[in-house]
Amino acid sequence: MTVTALGTARVRRPSVRLRRLEDERWLALALLSPTAVLLGLFIAYPFAEGVLLSLSSAKVGDPGVFVGLKNFAKLADDNIFWTAVWNTFWYTGVTTVFKLGLGLWLAMLLNRHFRGKALVRAFILLPFIIPTVLSTFAWKWMFDPTFSVINWSLFHLGFIKARINWLGDPTLAMTSIMIVNIWRGVPFFAISLLAGLQTISPELNEAAAIDGARPWARFWYVTWPLLLPVTMVVMLFSVIQTFADFQLVYVMTGGGPANATHLFATYAYQIGIVSGLLSEGAAVSLAMFPFLFIIVVVQLLYIRRVETR
Amino acid sequence: MAEVTLRKLNKRFDGFHAVKDVDLDIRDREFVVLVGPSGCGKTTTLRMIAGLEAVSDGEIRIDDSVVNEVPPMDRDIAMVFQNYALYPHMSVAANMAFGLKMRKFERSEIDQRIRRAAGILGIESLLDRKPRQLSGGQRQRVALGRAIVRDPKVFLFDEPLSNLDAKLRVQMRVELKKLHERLAVTSVYVTHDQVEAMTLGDRVVVMKDGVVQQVGEPLTLYNNPANRFVAGFIGSPAMNFADVTLRESNGRMAAEADGLRIELPPELAARARAHTGAKAILGIRPENIHVATAGDAPEHCFDAGIEVVEQLGSEILLDTRVGPALFVASIEPTLQVRPHDKLRLALRPERLHLFDAQSEQAI
Repeated sequence: MTVTALGTARVRRPSVRLRRLEDERWLALALLSPTAVLLGLFIAYPFAEGVLLSLSSAKVGDPGVFVGLKNFAKLADDNIFWTAVWNTFWYTGVTTVFKLGLGLWLAMLLNRHFRGKALVRAFILLPFIIPTVLSTFAWKWMFDPTFSVINWSLFHLGFIKARINWLGDPTLAMTSIMIVNIWRGVPFFAISLLAGLQTISPELNEAAAIDGARPWARFWYVTWPLLLPVTMVVMLFSVIQTFADFQLVYVMTGGGPANATHLFATYAYQIGIVSGLLSEGAAVSLAMFPFLFIIVVVQLLYIRRVETR
Repeated sequence: MAEVTLRKLNKRFDGFHAVKDVDLDIRDREFVVLVGPSGCGKTTTLRMIAGLEAVSDGEIRIDDSVVNEVPPMDRDIAMVFQNYALYPHMSVAANMAFGLKMRKFERSEIDQRIRRAAGILGIESLLDRKPRQLSGGQRQRVALGRAIVRDPKVFLFDEPLSNLDAKLRVQMRVELKKLHERLAVTSVYVTHDQVEAMTLGDRVVVMKDGVVQQVGEPLTLYNNPANRFVAGFIGSPAMNFADVTLRESNGRMAAEADGLRIELPPELAARARAHTGAKAILGIRPENIHVATAGDAPEHCFDAGIEVVEQLGSEILLDTRVGPALFVASIEPTLQVRPHDKLRLALRPERLHLFDAQSEQAI
């Protein structure tokens, strides 16, 4: 009896709809469509809308009309925009160099054996885990002209005579923001590079030591080349994130003093949302795209070259 | 050209004493093999000679200078690692050149040495390849090449053949032996394989639990093991052991157990006499047991029950029960035997070994 029942179950044909999935073309379509819908809905559509917006004269309360590249032409003559462009590159370049340097140094330290290694590794991640807005507020207090703990310490240690107005001076404000960005970004570099370091067999370093390589030579000829693919991927992520950074500047300076610390994102927000000039804000955002695109393409090409070597 | 001397060498890791008071004099051009089971301290000893592990206590000398505090790069040694440790991002030629480049050799000198080493090892055609494009055996050759080009005072080998398949291992073993004869550089070789130790070593150092058990030429270890561990470790299939009591009757010494009585030959009997009445361990190698014939003295024969027959073609290994003990015997491949058969076996009395039951040292 059981045998018969099983036999029947086995020969039952799947329904028409299910049978269609046996065709690879239908199956591929079925598997891809959810992703395609999500990407289309949440990335392609807003992007296209953004492009259209940047080509219009929309303001808050005014849908506007098509004006072609007028918004972009206006940006070309906008000094603050060019400051923001320069700031973004400077900000991204400087912080990436420091994040890489410090992150690599930390990763090398953490890759050694010592007591409490696991605990230290967990602590290292703290700046990365705390919500950026919260930690940035804490930093804002530390840089506050009156209540700054940094000023207090420097003053009492005798390094300075007068209070430093960290966020009131254009250069110092930018430096302060960079310090916070580096503080926040180093853990990501450290942990990712540590993961990379751990894939390198310790025997290679030992072999190099026996081959006569001093510590620096071992790093330069063995560790660094083997870590390069991971380093490039980490840098790629970091550059994209830093280039489009918003929260840090928004909380610390709001783009000030006198628009000196604006990045693409904060300036776009300033124009598009605060001033209500939606189309011009969209144009600023979109202006970021070609720059970022070139950076990413160059990095991706480099990663491919490194990995196939 | 160098001598390596170890004096009271010790290594302690957190609460673990890995190497204990190792004394060893490695002569110029000698090939010394450190052998023992996993965790016996052989690799740690080698790594201390290399300078990759700090010495806890004792002294390492290369020629006349103490090198305890000398970093690996200044010891003028070359090492071949178990996993080859080739630099994956460098070509074969660059791998071999690296040590010379670090030591600031002239480009022409480097090229010349690489060509020579590649010629010796037969890897000329691989020089432009990356390690990942090589087979295991080829990688092994490159690792050897990297050591050879340096022309160091001492070669160190850390289980270099253990990642190769059985056939290739035998082939590389022969090549290593030839290579040593050709280059005649002082070598220290670590392995857990006693066959490698016996075939490669001018002398063999057997280690267990961080302690040197015996140092000697391969045949000395085989014929005169210092204790039960060495006796069981050297030789394949392993030596048979039986718990016996030493007794004297009619002026003759014999080793006795239930269902087993073997009379000791005069020389061994003389040494055993002091232990009369004591428990001991009797040892006999499988190759020294044969099927009894009329020519065998009855006091060297015993009855055995066959449990397993392992036909190897060149010989038969019989797993037999002799009294309370299990003996393996290596016998003529032509013999027709089956499990559960009873067989009268004989042993070569001059090949008997006796070990103290407590200390396990040879009597």
